[in-house]
Amino acid sequence: MSSDALLVQNVKKLFRKRSGLLRRKVSEEWALKGVSFHVKTGETYGLLGPNGSGKSTLIRILSTLLLPDEGHVTVLGFSLPQHEREVRERIGRVSVDAAFYKKLSAMENLLYNSYLYSFDRRTAMERATEILVKLGIRPDRLNDPLEEMSRGMQQKVSIARALLVNPPLLLLDEPTTGLDPKSKRDVQEFLEELQRSGKTTILLTTHDMGEAERLCDRLGMLTHGRLVAEGQAHDLMREVGATNLEDAFVSFAGERLVNEESEGVTL
Amino acid sequence: MNALRQTWAFIYRDHQLTKRYWSWVVVFSLYALVNSATVALIGVAAHDQKLTMTLTIGVLMWSFLSVIFNEIAMSIAFERWEGTLEYTFMAPVSRLVHLAGVSLYASMYSLFRLVVVLLGLLLFVHLSFTGANLLGVFFVLMISSVAFIGLGLIAAILPLLSPERGAEATNIVQGILLLVSGIYYPVTVLPKWIQPLSVVSPATYALSACRKLLGLDATGRSVVLHGCRLTDVMPELWKLVAMGIVFVPAGLYIFGRVETWAKRSGKLKRTG
Repeated sequence: MSSDALLVQNVKKLFRKRSGLLRRKVSEEWALKGVSFHVKTGETYGLLGPNGSGKSTLIRILSTLLLPDEGHVTVLGFSLPQHEREVRERIGRVSVDAAFYKKLSAMENLLYNSYLYSFDRRTAMERATEILVKLGIRPDRLNDPLEEMSRGMQQKVSIARALLVNPPLLLLDEPTTGLDPKSKRDVQEFLEELQRSGKTTILLTTHDMGEAERLCDRLGMLTHGRLVAEGQAHDLMREVGATNLEDAFVSFAGERLVNEESEGVTL
Repeated sequence: MNALRQTWAFIYRDHQLTKRYWSWVVVFSLYALVNSATVALIGVAAHDQKLTMTLTIGVLMWSFLSVIFNEIAMSIAFERWEGTLEYTFMAPVSRLVHLAGVSLYASMYSLFRLVVVLLGLLLFVHLSFTGANLLGVFFVLMISSVAFIGLGLIAAILPLLSPERGAEATNIVQGILLLVSGIYYPVTVLPKWIQPLSVVSPATYALSACRKLLGLDATGRSVVLHGCRLTDVMPELWKLVAMGIVFVPAGLYIFGRVETWAKRSGKLKRTG
């Protein structure tokens, strides 16, 4: 049994877009140009990159939502796309937009999700309440429609959804982007607590250098679909003589990270 | 057991959403009722009870079958609008269970709407089903709903194929079914060039069978119904069964192929 929870080898993804009156004009864009890395079991691996660098594409491939054009992906020992179901049973995902049925309450959304994973109602309610309370959501808010909750609270519910099934692998795609400082700290503290348990492997994409340094054991720097550097934060900074991670990224990638909120760019 | 709980997930979700959107449910039900009444009243204005019954059964059947078709065909489009499509597709649920859950709730919801419209119609039109084979009609409804579920599954791929235009295309398919199925008129009055389409619509056979079971196919203006036996509509029933056998697996197969294509081209994502 490999100690790698994630193994990504030479993954390439090309998107084609048709345009024009008869949609005959085809433009091509490489989202991933041969990305390889591995994440050890129990490790937290951070992927840094500006908007459009290919982070979300990679997360989608690992989430079984996208098929790579080339390369090989193994998640928790299961090859994709051959073992999609096995992988789906073992991963939790949080995306930058808290995708929910906004008219339903947090509890209703989580119950629906629990049934999808074959949980019974009582177990699901107990676990959902436990996680949400840990994340700082009051029990009396659990039955409020999500559309009446703040962005921060919605993102916490999204994290609860991902953790509900106790997944060995957590894929976090900019989970704190757009959150207020308090919510951001709540989420980061919760993730640290999760790390201390040592049972969960985390792949985290972020623009936030402080968050990356604080939470990640190792980092990969992704730009224009290529992994340009990889290692521990202090090693990366030392390698290019930078005093902070942002400067290190600029040295490796030749461009600055975009710190503003993701604007729906989903490459 | 797992498959049952997962099927329940979709029924639970759709039921909760129906409750939250209750005002829209009221609006759509009211609209369906008003629409049905205006059609049925054409027969009343013509002082023709048989025409009234013919139109009424057409409008009721369409109310039932179109809701099934629409709920299933639009299920992917709804998920895309809510932004939850990716989460549904990355859950460890087979597409068969997913679509079975959606179809089951759609069938129950359609039956509820049918009852609401029927009860409402009684406020506008005098309906007497004495002599009609109502049990047979119910049986035909159930059989034809399977074929409509299959058609809904096939149409549900459209929002996957085109995030921008798929939902619109689904409505066009529904409109064509309404046009060619002889809901309010015999298909023989349609232009010759479009009549072949009525052959592939399950509603054509469902309507034909139901009118026979109600005794509305007889000539003359007698208002006394003499509904036929179920065995007398076997040709229509066999066609409906065959359509269900073909459309449901075909819908699942096509859906699976298109899902793979969508995962290759990146069409599953929210913004398309």
